[in-house]
Amino acid sequence: MAVKKKRTWFDYVLLVFFIFLMIITLYPFLNVLAISFNDATDTVRNINFLIPRVFTLSNYRYVFKEGGIAMPFLLSVAKTIVGTMLGVVCTAMLAYTLSRRDFVLRKFFTLLFVVTMYVSGGLIPEYLLIMRTLKLGNNFMVYILPGLIWVYNMILVRSYIDGLPYALQEAAVLDGANDFQIWYRIIVPLCKPVIATVALFYAVGQWNSFMDTYLYAKKLPTLQYKLYEIMSQATVQIDPHSASNRTAAVTPMSVRMAVTIVATVPIVVVYPFLQKYFIGGMTVGSVKD
Amino acid sequence: MKKQDGAVTAKKKKITWQVLWKQRYLLLMSVPFVVWIIIFKYIPLWGWTMAFQEVKPATFALPIWERTFVGLKNFAKAFSDRLFVQTMVNTLGTSLLDIVVGTVSAIAFAVLLNEMTFRRTKKLSQTISYLPHFVSWVIIASIAKNIFNDGGVVDTLLGTRLHLMSTNSPLIWVVIVIINCWKEVGWNAIIYLSAMAGIDTGLYEAAEMDGANRFQKMWHITLPGIRPTIVVMLIMSIGGILGVGMERQMLLSNPLVQDHTMVLSWFSYVRGIGSSDYGLGTAIGVFQSVIGITLLLIANKVAGMIGEDKLI
Repeated sequence: MAVKKKRTWFDYVLLVFFIFLMIITLYPFLNVLAISFNDATDTVRNINFLIPRVFTLSNYRYVFKEGGIAMPFLLSVAKTIVGTMLGVVCTAMLAYTLSRRDFVLRKFFTLLFVVTMYVSGGLIPEYLLIMRTLKLGNNFMVYILPGLIWVYNMILVRSYIDGLPYALQEAAVLDGANDFQIWYRIIVPLCKPVIATVALFYAVGQWNSFMDTYLYAKKLPTLQYKLYEIMSQATVQIDPHSASNRTAAVTPMSVRMAVTIVATVPIVVVYPFLQKYFIGGMTVGSVKD
Repeated sequence: MKKQDGAVTAKKKKITWQVLWKQRYLLLMSVPFVVWIIIFKYIPLWGWTMAFQEVKPATFALPIWERTFVGLKNFAKAFSDRLFVQTMVNTLGTSLLDIVVGTVSAIAFAVLLNEMTFRRTKKLSQTISYLPHFVSWVIIASIAKNIFNDGGVVDTLLGTRLHLMSTNSPLIWVVIVIINCWKEVGWNAIIYLSAMAGIDTGLYEAAEMDGANRFQKMWHITLPGIRPTIVVMLIMSIGGILGVGMERQMLLSNPLVQDHTMVLSWFSYVRGIGSSDYGLGTAIGVFQSVIGITLLLIANKVAGMIGEDKLI
């Protein structure tokens, strides 16, 4: 495509087509945003709009004050921060040991991890392990431990370490550093880009996960689970006439929209970074030897 | 990423206490995670034995040799369950639609995006296209309700009531597949786009010399160029044909359409945990995995037989 060619009608058709696709992708989100800022009783009329017709903040006010969103929100944040930090540290540590060609158990350990990418015990055995054997039900650790390391992320970091010059490590050995110090002082600082990628993957995974709460910790509801609860209520009491007799004038619909936005915003905030890192991540992730 | 071969080739060492002591830091940094993976991934694998046993909450605590082995009774029970046939139909129907619609749309998206000459719009539309991939299914389900529910955006646009998510019919499959396609098309296109980047540009130039137009180039160069990728992706999706995730199905479902959204993984949950028949639930899961692996191997073999690149 080095030479600039003359554009034909087909180029303009494509242009229109892709603009149309962008609208289709974004409209649903913008629609939700508009409804969340719109007066609930007005929304009942018709939900198809892009700009709030009667602007109000009462949906958000209700959601945070009376809707019981504050705790689930904090829990989601806590789970995301703890899960990401532990996940990154553990992944980087393990990846380093498995990148060391002189490590005697390297092949065996690598195999142990890679196999689990292809076979898994399935839902029921995992459920029984977590709930009955380990008794982690309704315990915060159920959000952290079962998904502590994603093997895919570990391979990503390992491939990155494989690409670093080995001479750096040899030099450190001559200076009397032990293996832990090599990891901490040399490998980790050099791995910042891949660590950022992996951290984003863990963070998005933690923030978005819903099944863990649904299966194991309904008493520790996260934001995603709370949204699910609101959704299942909304289908039951969809009666639009009940909207007017509420003091705060909110409906299940407007509450659902406000919570949806609260749950989406963090993803949109990190999206530019995700975008920047993940394509590299997608293509690097090949299992070597 | 390039790997430096040769520079780091260590001689094969024997495992002795001396070596292990020398590598104690490496062991300290890896053994805890090996313990972790054994607990969380390998013990559940051992749980497959429950598929051949009668396991109820009361008998779960018993050691394995004291549980009653029932052979294939759990499987027979699963296949004769009143929900089983409908569940299989739903699983296969949703899956096949997913594969066809998902693959075709991702390829079309990638091919057309590759043809875009407006650089900035090209970049922007790709960037926007994978935004929904990073949004959770709960949020997507909440959004989907606005669009497809009675009186939602689609109904408003068309000026009628289609009852897309409230008709007790396989229509809900179409809705689920469309939502899934909308969520994943940009993401799935990435792999095809990167395959296209690997096509020799000389081919396009040669075709141009021969007077090929754009559509001929797309058809005769771009598509054959990404053919191995398409085959590999198809083989993988055939392997996952029974593995339709429970999360999506459950979130996009409602009591009105539940007959047509129930899939195997969800069924395994309903029977295994909902009705506390652990043996039966595990058997359904095992059935799903075994068929999945078999189909993967068959698809792989067929691909090899018709002269395509194989996955394994």
